[in-house]
Amino acid sequence: MNKRIKEQLAFWTFRVLSFLVIAILFSILGFILYNGFSVLSWDFISKMPEDGMTKGGIYPAIIGTLYLIAGSMLFAFPIGVMSGIYITEYARDGLLKRFVKLMTNNLAGVPSIVFGLFGMALFVNKMEFGDSILAGSLTLSLMVLPVIIRTTEEALLAVDNGFRHASYALGATKLQTIGRVVLPMSLPNIITGMILSIGRVSGETAPILFTVAAYFLPKLPTSIYDQVMALPYHLYVIATSGTNIEQSRPMAYGTAVVLILIVLILNLIANALRKYLGKKYKIS
Amino acid sequence: MHKIESKDVHLYYGSFHALKGISIVIEKNTVTALIGPSGCGKSTYLRLFNRMNDLIDNVKIEGQCLIDGKNIYSREINIEDLRKRVGMVFQKPNPFPKTIFENVAYGLRVNGITHSTFIEERVERSLRQAALWEEVKDKLKKSAMELSGGQQQRLCIARALSIEPSVLLMDEPASALDPISTAKIEELIYELKSEYTIMIVTHNMQQAGRVSDYTGFFYLGELIEFDTTKKIFTNPTDTRTQNYITGRFG
Repeated sequence: MNKRIKEQLAFWTFRVLSFLVIAILFSILGFILYNGFSVLSWDFISKMPEDGMTKGGIYPAIIGTLYLIAGSMLFAFPIGVMSGIYITEYARDGLLKRFVKLMTNNLAGVPSIVFGLFGMALFVNKMEFGDSILAGSLTLSLMVLPVIIRTTEEALLAVDNGFRHASYALGATKLQTIGRVVLPMSLPNIITGMILSIGRVSGETAPILFTVAAYFLPKLPTSIYDQVMALPYHLYVIATSGTNIEQSRPMAYGTAVVLILIVLILNLIANALRKYLGKKYKIS
Repeated sequence: MHKIESKDVHLYYGSFHALKGISIVIEKNTVTALIGPSGCGKSTYLRLFNRMNDLIDNVKIEGQCLIDGKNIYSREINIEDLRKRVGMVFQKPNPFPKTIFENVAYGLRVNGITHSTFIEERVERSLRQAALWEEVKDKLKKSAMELSGGQQQRLCIARALSIEPSVLLMDEPASALDPISTAKIEELIYELKSEYTIMIVTHNMQQAGRVSDYTGFFYLGELIEFDTTKKIFTNPTDTRTQNYITGRFG
């Protein structure tokens, strides 16, 4: 086989494979939209479930998921960003830093159901939060912590040292340098980490299974110690253990559509924020 | 009392002996050029005086560095205060991705100055000193990144001047610039001499000849020769100095 044909063959293989990825994504979206489109309506997203979750809406599950996103970000974002800052800006190269980085990576590899069990043992039982938004948010935040730490690290490392030195040379302290120069410049990339974690938080079922999610709870939470319904778990319930699985099937697809839409909308908002900040601290 | 003095300074990066017993005396309101081939230690020596070498792990410094008669490596010295008194301009123009105004105001803000009229006045004065005011006075709120390389470097000089240092360290400030911008920077150095004591590292022999009063030639971590620029460029004592400035190596 001559070189040219080989080259062409490789090129087309890569091209076809990358289009295959797009095709998979679109077929999943198409399949869900096709099956769930019929139930989508204002009532669907604004009403309580009715008739053993075969009719009505998924309002409490939407609210539940939004609470869990907000709650977990409240814990994971500051802790994750601060850990990332410590690792890249403060820790000296050495055993301790390597150990912290290794453990962060290991944390990322822990299966989500293990986080669920751990969250139940620690937050639900030991700390007596019960099945609650608080326990669920904390469990989810543990799960996404490594994502936020890693993206923060990479975002900070991407800031050229020349900017740090310029700041130090003007008599700025390390904290001032980080707060006024390094962090604003890396914020757009740090927000990418937040986007990724919002996607995971809203979609995971295992961590919330034993810590917050309610099978059926047709009322909204009034405090952080309340249980909530959540979209992924609701989807699981009406697809596998509802009162009438056949009848609630369109509801399941509809729930999936709403879940995807929420993640999409949050991503768009975060992306707009990232673009805005990127422009404000333009680096060329 | 001399403005700047180093007494038998040795510096090690780990086991690498980068500066080998450097002793120099520099007087107030003079320009001193540090020349020598790459890796000779001249930039390392320059960075001793605002303690930028402290940022590198595994650096060991011996000997004494004095500014206004005080050892800047003694325990009582606060590094941030020292860096306020010793400004620095880097090789690559490195303005912050902020507005032109905020770039110059940065040094004032991090040093706790909040009075806005004072900051405005100081920003204008620094930009005038750096011969940039006329070019940017109508676009102070624009991003510094929109300026040309030469303008950015003068902005960095203005930024360094804003906190009124008495010493200005310049690490090849014109090496990334075109000839016209370079000429402007050199002119500026000449004018700034009346108020500041300037040390400049340069690879450009003509530049050293044009702007400096004194020149030090570094080679392999040693100070080979230190004298008036005139003497170094017309009648150097050491043959290595002569070979370097006539372009036989480096």
